[in-house]
Amino acid sequence: MDKQYKAHELAKGQRDISIAEFFERNRHLLGFDNKRKALLTTIKEAVDNSIDACEESEILPEIIVEIIDMGNDKYRVVVEDNGPGIVKEQIPKIFAKLLYGSKFHKLKMQRGQQGIGISAAVMYAQLTTGKPARITSKIHKDEPALYMEVKINTDTNNPEVLSSENKEWYKEQGTRIEIDLEATYFKGKQSVDEYLKQTAIINPHVTIIYQPPKGDQIMLVRVSEEKPVLPNEIKPHPYGVELGMLMKMLEKTQTKTVKQFLREDFSKVGNKTAEDILENAGILSKTKPKQINRDMAERLIKGIRETKIMMPPTDCIVPIGADLLEKGLKKEVNAEFYATVSRSPNVYRGNPFLVEASLAFGGMIEKEGSVELMRFANRVPLLYQQGGCGFTEGVVKTGWKSYGIQQSNGSMPQGPVVLVLHIASVWVPFTSEAKEAIAHYPEIIKEVKLAIQELGRDLGKYINKKKKVGAELKKRSYIETYIPHITEALTELIDKPEEKDSLSKNLSVLLEKQRGEVESLDFDPTKNTEYDEELKKISMEEEYDEE
Amino acid sequence: MKNKTLDEIKKTAERLYNNIKRLEKAELTTPVRSLSNVTYNEKDGFFDLKGKIKKRTLTANTVKTFAQTLRVMTLSKSLVETEDIATKREAYYVSKNWSEARFNEQNESDSVMDDLEAMFGVNREQMGFIADEHGGSVAGELIVVDKDASTGERLEIDCTKFGSGAYSIPSDVEHLEFKTKAKAVIAIETNGMFERLNKHSFWKKEHCILVSMGGVPTRACRRFIRRLSDSNNLPVYVFTDGDFYGYFNIYRTLKVGSGNAAHINEFFCVPRAKFIGITPQDIKDYKLPTHPLKDVDIKRGKDAIKNDPFVHNYKEWQEAIKEQTKMGVRAEQQALAKHGLNFVVSDYLPEKLKKPVTWLP
Repeated sequence: MDKQYKAHELAKGQRDISIAEFFERNRHLLGFDNKRKALLTTIKEAVDNSIDACEESEILPEIIVEIIDMGNDKYRVVVEDNGPGIVKEQIPKIFAKLLYGSKFHKLKMQRGQQGIGISAAVMYAQLTTGKPARITSKIHKDEPALYMEVKINTDTNNPEVLSSENKEWYKEQGTRIEIDLEATYFKGKQSVDEYLKQTAIINPHVTIIYQPPKGDQIMLVRVSEEKPVLPNEIKPHPYGVELGMLMKMLEKTQTKTVKQFLREDFSKVGNKTAEDILENAGILSKTKPKQINRDMAERLIKGIRETKIMMPPTDCIVPIGADLLEKGLKKEVNAEFYATVSRSPNVYRGNPFLVEASLAFGGMIEKEGSVELMRFANRVPLLYQQGGCGFTEGVVKTGWKSYGIQQSNGSMPQGPVVLVLHIASVWVPFTSEAKEAIAHYPEIIKEVKLAIQELGRDLGKYINKKKKVGAELKKRSYIETYIPHITEALTELIDKPEEKDSLSKNLSVLLEKQRGEVESLDFDPTKNTEYDEELKKISMEEEYDEE
Repeated sequence: MKNKTLDEIKKTAERLYNNIKRLEKAELTTPVRSLSNVTYNEKDGFFDLKGKIKKRTLTANTVKTFAQTLRVMTLSKSLVETEDIATKREAYYVSKNWSEARFNEQNESDSVMDDLEAMFGVNREQMGFIADEHGGSVAGELIVVDKDASTGERLEIDCTKFGSGAYSIPSDVEHLEFKTKAKAVIAIETNGMFERLNKHSFWKKEHCILVSMGGVPTRACRRFIRRLSDSNNLPVYVFTDGDFYGYFNIYRTLKVGSGNAAHINEFFCVPRAKFIGITPQDIKDYKLPTHPLKDVDIKRGKDAIKNDPFVHNYKEWQEAIKEQTKMGVRAEQQALAKHGLNFVVSDYLPEKLKKPVTWLP
């Protein structure tokens, strides 16, 4: 008998793991850690895709979302859009193959960039209910709609089409997905309701018609008919490329030489820069991309780092804009003071990005507790992982005290403030595939801090003015307090008690004359005409509490 | 004099009334009450006002003080009209009826009274407000002529007949008369020392009148000594601890008055007073037990040299301060007990009284 070594023993336990197992083990990275979050992630992936598809086709998005309670913690989710539809061959791959997608290798400002995508939701649904995803798609009003049922083969990660047929659909064009999954539905800060509401706030050109599992249909109607400017796609910038990506790009390139590869597959690399990189890397410019091995690729990365390369173009990112951002915040929050800033673009690791911030203070905002932070990335609300988010780091590391807001060192400021932060980028760096928190790049945190500082200065001025007015009003009431004492004593001293009233009047005139007019800074709840009380209530918790 | 109080109150009130009637600026003016606003008048021997004026205009910031000042004026008016009096403490409690215009601390009401006194140029007592503390004790060869409070009958009080006790100076001394054959008045800082001297009938031996000041002399005590000294042409000798508090807060205040009440120094000073001890030189000559000077003591000495017009006028005092600061010590009256409990009676005071060269001006 052959000798048995430890390695043989270990080999018994070693085998392929299926995609299903992988999914099971990494649920938390993908946004499916619990039933409540699974519902949100599913809807989020579907809605983000729908809005992206509409915008790419320059259609004003109209999204229908429906959640149906099937009992026993099972829910049916329907998301339907008026987008361009999907051609027959693509449907199985998009919905039933993990890590397939058009967006993954693209550097373009989009909602659904990166991440695992809608197929993860299909996978989750399949694992929890066994049901396939039902897709309806129509690409033109003259074409029939296509209905397809798809599943993922959990061993091979290949799509399986269970049925495919033409059918009548009332829509001219669009896509509809219907999946059944295990889930729980709650309202509150991290709910589907909140996500849809915030999506509507930050995307004023989108209409969302939402039927929650109980209660009335909610109509979030677009307030702007203006389609956002379509962002350009850009090639990657050398500073943003890591070894793995570089090797993949070398493998896929159509170019003949490494010099040509650098010039054509990257942005901001011209003849001279390409030569400099190659010289610093010690690689001949005629070398074929396919001949670059791992060792040479590492040298190439080193060469890139040692070469001064122009920053990437920044016209590829489209801000929401200060006006629309503030309008959105005003819809949700009725405050006495607003300030908004849209910063100019900057670059982290070769990727252009920009930060926008809007702040509301006072009015109907809760006086006690931490500053409320609303986070958005490429117009998508981020509801989880606030503590681990780069935005939060920027907020916490800004000194709020000088703006009149309380803050103990290194923690969230305290006071009646709602702060909206938005990052737009061709590649938003998240801390995980669940796309819940922004990674902590110093360049991003610096921009966040600068944005907050700009708003903070205005806020500080306002709070100061308010304090002054308050002190002035206090002084005036102080005057009113002592006038009667003066008149009473004085009329007694000169023995003319009948003069009390006229003396009082004169004293008021005399004392107020010195002080001038005061501007009233009292909160006027009717001043903000954007405010939508119904909107505010949408995600409010009923008897349920947070998990 | 009492009519002057009423006149001044009325004048001030009518002026304010007219200002307000005509919507003009309403103001109260007071001489500044501090050492920086006095000069030492060497000829007459007291602190004189320099004439710095504090104007208080009626504004939001001063409205409370205005109200309180007027309230105190009404209280004074009714006290004078009914021939009643209130101690400073009592006046402070009366203010508790004035709701928001009440005083929170007695030093606030005291300060308003001092302002009014300076503003009107009358004594606080003439406004009906008297001191809280008692004015001092007297023993020795003196007959005080007073009148019975209820009957108005003439009373002769013999200050030799209090045994181990003493005559107590009243708050108002203006009506008193004095009959004495004594040769001098000795004003003493502490009550303990006064009692020792009284017990050993020091006044009989030296034919003098002993007055216990009990720390900084009250106005009544200062006025009592002044009138006693003036009416019988008596020299006044002052005996305090050998420290800067004794020299300036007690001796200087008795002799020339204080910065805080400069407007009334003219009446409440004893220009002929002389300082007999304990001087810095005494500490050395009598080898007295001492305590080290504290930082506050040293500061008090520096302040005196820098800011006290009285000290500016006397080289002797400047040198004494410098000398004592150099010695770095102070000595109490009671330190003389080192040489025997009665050393002060048998040796120290008799020697000092015989040797004017050991005094300070």
